Amino acid sequence: MSDNLGPYQDDFYNALMDAHAGLSEEASHALNARLVLMLSNRIGDIETLKDILEKAREYNDE
Amino acid sequence: MAGYKYEPFDYVKPPELSGAAPGRYPVAIIGAGPIGLALAIDLAQRGIKSVVLDDNNVVSVGSRAICWAKRTLEIFNRLGVGERMLEKGVTWKIGRNFHGDQEIYSFDLLPEDGHKYPAFINLQQYYVEQYLVERARDFPDLIDLRFKNKVTGHVDHGDHVTLAVETPDGTYEMAAEYYLACDGAGSATRERMGLDFTGQTFQEQFLIADIEMEDSPFGENAVPERWFWFDPPFHEGKSALLHAQPDNIYRIDLQLDVDADGKAESAPEKVMPRIKAIVGDKPFRLDWVSVYKFRCIKLDRFVHNRVIFVGDSAHVVSPFGARGGNGGIQDVDNIGWKLAAVLQGGAPAELIETYHEERSHGSAENILNSSRATNFMTPKTPVEALFRAEVLKLAHDQPFARRLVNSGRLSQPCSLAGMRLQSPGVAPLEPGQPLLDAPLDGADGPTWLIDVVPPQFCLIGFGEVDLPEVPGVARIGINTIRDYPCFSSRDGFATKRYGQDGVYLIRPDGHVCAVFSEPDRHDVERACARAQGKMMEQAV
Repeated sequence: MSDNLGPYQDDFYNALMDAHAGLSEEASHALNARLVLMLSNRIGDIETLKDILEKAREYNDE
Repeated sequence: MAGYKYEPFDYVKPPELSGAAPGRYPVAIIGAGPIGLALAIDLAQRGIKSVVLDDNNVVSVGSRAICWAKRTLEIFNRLGVGERMLEKGVTWKIGRNFHGDQEIYSFDLLPEDGHKYPAFINLQQYYVEQYLVERARDFPDLIDLRFKNKVTGHVDHGDHVTLAVETPDGTYEMAAEYYLACDGAGSATRERMGLDFTGQTFQEQFLIADIEMEDSPFGENAVPERWFWFDPPFHEGKSALLHAQPDNIYRIDLQLDVDADGKAESAPEKVMPRIKAIVGDKPFRLDWVSVYKFRCIKLDRFVHNRVIFVGDSAHVVSPFGARGGNGGIQDVDNIGWKLAAVLQGGAPAELIETYHEERSHGSAENILNSSRATNFMTPKTPVEALFRAEVLKLAHDQPFARRLVNSGRLSQPCSLAGMRLQSPGVAPLEPGQPLLDAPLDGADGPTWLIDVVPPQFCLIGFGEVDLPEVPGVARIGINTIRDYPCFSSRDGFATKRYGQDGVYLIRPDGHVCAVFSEPDRHDVERACARAQGKMMEQAV
């Protein structure tokens, strides 16, 4: 994948952590699920989404 | 509050048991359900004689299949029962999904006017079977209905099939050129042949309760719709579905626990409180109760030489999406004209094989859709439950999430685009699509496209185009005057759906099989030959 977050990598990562701040593990999982759904809707393109799902899954199978 | 009055059909001693030699018939249809009866009528309308054998002598006990889709109604229209079904049935087109006590999403299955038939009607299967039996009686020389005739064995001899049949008067043998297994999900034919019928099995159990009540559970002045709840207040943590049927009957479908005891759950003392939780203290009568599990599965091959599987015997799906009965009627639509063409000598036997190709494709589409709906409705793992919960949460105000909510994707007509009987082409309605209805004006007044297109090969020409005369091919002109039947597009629906000009060749089952701009006789003959399986090698 190309690197698209620069130059605001740290801003993004900290914003993501902040979004989870103070949540129980269960609530964090729920937030993550919503994030996946909303980001997927933003990307929209089904081939791109399938490609990302596949690539992310590969790390589970290593 | 009486409920439907079941009138048994008469058993008549078959000729084979009254001294006649074993009969040999063009077609034996096993099963007098909606599929077998519709097929007998379709064949009769094409001049083909059939014997319909059923081990029972009453219509469907319980309402069973109730949702009949527009395309199915158009096929029933051609078979002569569509208008009667429409008149009796409850018309609906809106599906409404709820989460808890809040509505989250609704969909309109037919947002546009200009169709003879609505998106859906609800009508109990027993009425459909009754109407079909009565219609079949219009063809006494072509349809031989044999109730209490149970097929106990069959042997395929290559060019015909022999059947062993058991009746109250003893057993007899008969033979048929083709054996049409319309004997349902538990097909005895399939079991005798040892055909593998395993697929995705769902563990969830559902309770169906049909209740009769004066006051509509949809509320006063409410238009009947399809209501589906995720986690409703009256049935926490599960799903529920509500449909209206004629005669003040309402269908309630409740998801049960995976390990629920089906027999205990269908006992009235268990069912009544569940219904009261939904309808309150309004008086009602339990009409029919059933607890079911389901599978999504199809046969690898629908055609086994002279034995052909049609409807549930070939494929079963979950009920969410109304794709069982509607899928089966599309099977009938597909096999009827092909079988007639082969039996009447106009088409090669290979045409039958394309029934398998086209309807196996349709069935796969139905299974895909109904499996996806069931998976959404019944999360299997904690993470599936998590995503489902978050989709429902977002669906309250996020339009994209509403569209992820899947309570059943309702039956749509199947496209046969790209399959080998169709000649490739580009048009507003592409080859493979079924006819789209439209209102027309003709010499005798207002009519509908589906009422004027005959059940044979037919050219429809839009605008000032000359349709060539081809033997066996009917012609219809739209927005022109010719020496064949012509109509004008009322309110512009037909031209909007088909274009201002252009020519469509329609198969006998109402699917577009070729499109042209200005075809000559040769072009049409070639497309017809292809659509009848006469050019299998060339058609790639």
